[in-house]
Amino acid sequence: MSHERGIRRRSDTTPDTHLFPTRPYDLVKEFVIAVVVVGLLTVLLAAVFSSPDRNAITLANWASAAPEDVVATATAELAGTSTSASYGAPYNRAADGQKLGPLPVQRWGSVRIPIDSANDLVITPLSTVTGNPDLTAKLQTWRAATPDQQTTWAVAYSDALAAAPDGDPTKVASGDYGPVPVIATGFLALARSGDLEGLLTSSSTFYVGDESKPLLLLADGAYLEDQARADHLGGDQWGMMNETANYPGQPWMWLYTFWYQVKPFSTSDNADALVWALMAVLTLGLILLPFIPGLRSLPRHLGVHRLIWRNQP
Amino acid sequence: MSTADQAPSRSWTVRLRKRVSRTVPEGQWLPDRQPAYVRSWIYVFGVATLAALLFVIVSGVVLTVGGATWWHTSSVGHFFNSMHLWSVELFFVFMVIHLWGEFFKAAWRGRRALTWITGAVAFVGSIATAFTGYLSQTNFDSQWISTQAKDGLNSVGVGAVFNVLNTGQMLLWHIMLLPLIVGVIVVTHVILVRRHGVVPPFDAVPPEQTQESPADEVPATPVVAGAADPAVRAR
Repeated sequence: MSHERGIRRRSDTTPDTHLFPTRPYDLVKEFVIAVVVVGLLTVLLAAVFSSPDRNAITLANWASAAPEDVVATATAELAGTSTSASYGAPYNRAADGQKLGPLPVQRWGSVRIPIDSANDLVITPLSTVTGNPDLTAKLQTWRAATPDQQTTWAVAYSDALAAAPDGDPTKVASGDYGPVPVIATGFLALARSGDLEGLLTSSSTFYVGDESKPLLLLADGAYLEDQARADHLGGDQWGMMNETANYPGQPWMWLYTFWYQVKPFSTSDNADALVWALMAVLTLGLILLPFIPGLRSLPRHLGVHRLIWRNQP
Repeated sequence: MSTADQAPSRSWTVRLRKRVSRTVPEGQWLPDRQPAYVRSWIYVFGVATLAALLFVIVSGVVLTVGGATWWHTSSVGHFFNSMHLWSVELFFVFMVIHLWGEFFKAAWRGRRALTWITGAVAFVGSIATAFTGYLSQTNFDSQWISTQAKDGLNSVGVGAVFNVLNTGQMLLWHIMLLPLIVGVIVVTHVILVRRHGVVPPFDAVPPEQTQESPADEVPATPVVAGAADPAVRAR
């Protein structure tokens, strides 16, 4: 035993529990009563309040409700300006990602889920479409062009869409957009058909279980966030701890969500990394509380224990 | 008694039995007496948390039998999903009250640091388990939560391994991996509670002992070896 350890043991003079007087107690009875009461409460809450189940947004729903958003998103994927296309690790190397001071912690995760947004989310699914000679020809034109030319076309069309009334593709000013308008319109038609999910998730496998691609695509658009914000789920609406409608969500995540509402986190480009680092420190503090001088003695000074042990010194 | 009886046994069974009874002596597993100072409603929330956990597990097992998307199309499945949701909410309410109660008692005193640590880790593990449950709902909520949560996880490099957009991975973590880890931690926590008993009040002096000088609530190093029970110490 080390000298320090010996000192610590001697300084904790809390007596053994088993030296104190006892009184009769029925542990099993207490547990059974707790199970019955909690069980009744659970069944009652489930029967009265049920649980929320808002249907998932399909890509066909998205195309039907916000066609201009689908066209704009497909164009952004081609231009390399969408969130996923410019993300960095773990999807690609388009950006360094978030940092903790000088530490590129996001990049350390490396590219383990490679996503080429233009090809994986738009071009490859569209390549399966048959019976549309114009689209097939425009896809060939796209593939034959240099990366710079592809980007020039897509960025120009993206800017034109942003300038058009309501982002309506039919009201876009004329310009040199190459094959992009046909590809984007073809993508909208594919999304409307309901086939896009399958092409994104099971093109290389019979079984489906990984929704990374369709979720990244959906999140690249504005429609998903618009729907979430309307249901008070936005990031600046304490969204991570809320649930659809007025159901309780994950209120135990209030502290994690709290930091996103205040500066410097709410305005930082590295907000996620900063909040995660802070929460890691706080969580470690909670776990190791018995060893933190000052904090470990706080309960004695707070005096709340007098409400628990009313008849004790 | 012969010398052979007193020698350490070579039987693994005997050794295991002795180790188990040294950890939690017989009578402490299911005690029929408790310290007289245990007289508060705050003590109920530990067992209430376990009771809620029981319903979380039972409703989760029923949902597992039906399959990942069963509850969207079956009224029975939806009811068990509701039970799952509300038992989880109750579980966290009880657990947080229990945790605050133990904090105000400085319940890590008297060589109970490991009890506190396992409880805190169980709390954090439960949050992770519940989180993967929200990701496994296969509805709008899970779409939104996963696409938001990915940014936090990716920002520190975790998302490369723990992909919240991969519903299959999240479902398996939710129904197998995390419950297994949390389950082991909770069982360890309960064993430690039974082993060390309920922490006495501050400065409480057992009968037949004299008052010693007040001390800071410094815990002993959290080792499992050696019990608080004087009968065990004597062995």
